[in-house]
Amino acid sequence: MKEENKSNRRNFLKLGLITGGTIATGALVFEKVISKNDVATSTADTIVCGPDGKVYKADPMHLKELHAPPVSMDEARLGIEGKKFVMVIDEAKCDGCKKCTEACQKMHYTESDREWIKVFKMKDAETTSPYFFPKPCFHCDNPPCTKVCPVNATFKRQDGIVLIDNTRCIGCRSCMVACPYSTRFFNWSEPSVQQSQEVAGMQYSPEQSIPRKMGTVEKCDFCPDMIRQGKLPACVSGCPMDALYFGDQNEDAVTNSSGLTVKLSHLLEDNAGYRHLEELGTEPRVYYLPPKNRKYPKPDLNHNEDEKEKGVKPMDMI
Amino acid sequence: MSWALFCYIHQLRNGLGVTAMRNYVSWGLYISTFVFFIGISHSGTLVSAILRISKQEWRRPITRSAELLTFVSLLFGGIMPIIDLGRPDRIANLVIFGRVQSPLMWDIISICTYFCGSTMFLFLPMIPDMALCRDRSIVTNTRFEKFKKWLYTKMALGWTGTKSQWHRLENTMNIMTIVIIPVAVSVHTVVSYIFAMTLRPGWNSTVFGPYFVAGALYSGSAGVILGMAAFRKLYHLEKYITLKHFDLMGRLVLALTLIYAYLNLNEYWIPAYKMATGEGHLLKDLFYGDYSKIFWTLQFGSVLLPIAIMSFPKGRTPLLLNITCVIIVIGAWVKRYIIVVPTLLHPFMPIQEVPNDWSHYFPNWVEFSITAGCLAGIFLVITLFAKMFPMMAVWEVEEGVQIEHDRLVAIEIRKKREAEEEAKLFDHSEVPQEAIN
Repeated sequence: MKEENKSNRRNFLKLGLITGGTIATGALVFEKVISKNDVATSTADTIVCGPDGKVYKADPMHLKELHAPPVSMDEARLGIEGKKFVMVIDEAKCDGCKKCTEACQKMHYTESDREWIKVFKMKDAETTSPYFFPKPCFHCDNPPCTKVCPVNATFKRQDGIVLIDNTRCIGCRSCMVACPYSTRFFNWSEPSVQQSQEVAGMQYSPEQSIPRKMGTVEKCDFCPDMIRQGKLPACVSGCPMDALYFGDQNEDAVTNSSGLTVKLSHLLEDNAGYRHLEELGTEPRVYYLPPKNRKYPKPDLNHNEDEKEKGVKPMDMI
Repeated sequence: MSWALFCYIHQLRNGLGVTAMRNYVSWGLYISTFVFFIGISHSGTLVSAILRISKQEWRRPITRSAELLTFVSLLFGGIMPIIDLGRPDRIANLVIFGRVQSPLMWDIISICTYFCGSTMFLFLPMIPDMALCRDRSIVTNTRFEKFKKWLYTKMALGWTGTKSQWHRLENTMNIMTIVIIPVAVSVHTVVSYIFAMTLRPGWNSTVFGPYFVAGALYSGSAGVILGMAAFRKLYHLEKYITLKHFDLMGRLVLALTLIYAYLNLNEYWIPAYKMATGEGHLLKDLFYGDYSKIFWTLQFGSVLLPIAIMSFPKGRTPLLLNITCVIIVIGAWVKRYIIVVPTLLHPFMPIQEVPNDWSHYFPNWVEFSITAGCLAGIFLVITLFAKMFPMMAVWEVEEGVQIEHDRLVAIEIRKKREAEEEAKLFDHSEVPQEAIN
């Protein structure tokens, strides 16, 4: 409660940054306060507007994507008209580097034990080959979680996204018990001091899921605030292996972090796409491509190169 | 209890993180206890309503204590999930934004209905007794006595014992008896639905409704025996609660335990035969994994052993029966825990690279303290009630004595008449059927 009232200087500065962002390369904000040394030694070519109104060059590593100004609660419940968001995860490309998890945690100021997208090491049977399995929320079309919510705090939107309104959640945890994919997390205690400082002054919206509140449930939200800006969710744009695709089923197009846009139907058809635990009937909106002809001989081979390209790719390149 | 209250305030201030629950085991001791208390609350209906409907005369001295047990355990059973809530301050949302599609809502509705119903069921037969207390209580100058008199007067609702009043009470009781049985059955059925409506291995079972109802009746009626024994001892009611009562209640519990054992077989043997992936992992854990010791102890100790004991008349004598019932009640409680927790530790997604306390669960001191506090609350309310009000339905027992007397007289008369008739018609040995009864 206290944090909400502190919508003072920090919030104002962030608003200033959004406007300043027009001269910069997209809406970026300093993650750390940049010291003079940082400015001097920076070799990167990203130009941003600093908290003092001056223009800086900064290393992209120190920058953080800015959340879009929150939409109204009604809009957040309705969703984006005419869209049906889907994610495709290519197990053949995933090398288990967990950059998606990191990007997500950075985006949502999450503590390290809480992985909204978690990379599992899966092995279906003794004789079969192991593979990496990144698992976000599946945003099911027949969601077991929203069905059991007694107060409609978690809901399914018209664009297919399942969100949680943590101003309404009573913390009964029925949804956590109902989710077959262990996707949901509970705020067992008050968020850490550091975290609440980071998000202080931010206005809550179910679309960005922060600031979090003790005694409520949270989970992967498909970054609807990024989508509204025409950007990819944090995990997708954070994937150095281009293993994650995100897009609109109605447009039949999905895009990965290097900006490659492909036809969803072709992608699924050519690669024998499937959905995890189809037999449960939850109708996930996340598809997987089986780990055939894998591209990761050694996990940490291409990382350093790819991180440079981590920047946000607009979704409407289609 | 004040310690439990302190623990609860501690939990409110610092969040549910002070309990041992974590993201995988997000329901623990509180929800298990909730199911257990609601189970115990089935006792009152069973003994009172079912035996009333089937005109079992021996029920009379024990109905009051059974109904009281229902009332109190329901009260505290209802509190358990509120304690378990992350945001109890938002409880009004259940009314403002309530969704009838949620099994949790079904629970709330049916538990509230049952609570109102059982309160009435407890209160209605108390009215004549209250009038009795009112008329017999001696007003001294102590405040407490005055308060008691006032309370009895209010609760007697102006009962004077006229014919129309008796008639009305009789009618209302008949209606309540019939109404309360389906409500009670629905309560534990929907309690099971908060589990059975999920896709989780171990809960995704069609037998869960009846399984829970049977478990509730089995633990509840064992609870009644314990309560019955306690009051008998404390208030020296040996004259009213006789060995016959223990024997008959023992038979009842035996029958319920048999049903419960049969449903247990269905619940575990069917999936165990198939060993489907998800169920298989869970069952392996229960049969010979981490939970196997508790699981088999429960199956043999609190289901099969009581059946064996209660099958013999000696096992239905007060001492042995009470020991058996203690085993049953504790067993039922642990069984709830075994239903809730292991399933949560066997999700579809593997548990990988998580903090150590996420993948194990054992209730910690906060949970134990609060739960113990609620149990203490149950005993406190029962004791207070017993101090204030008669623990047997006086008029019902009286009526029973009257009925028994009438019956004996009737039998006498019948016998006489039969003798006369036999004397008249030597080849007519036909005996009217009612006479036997």
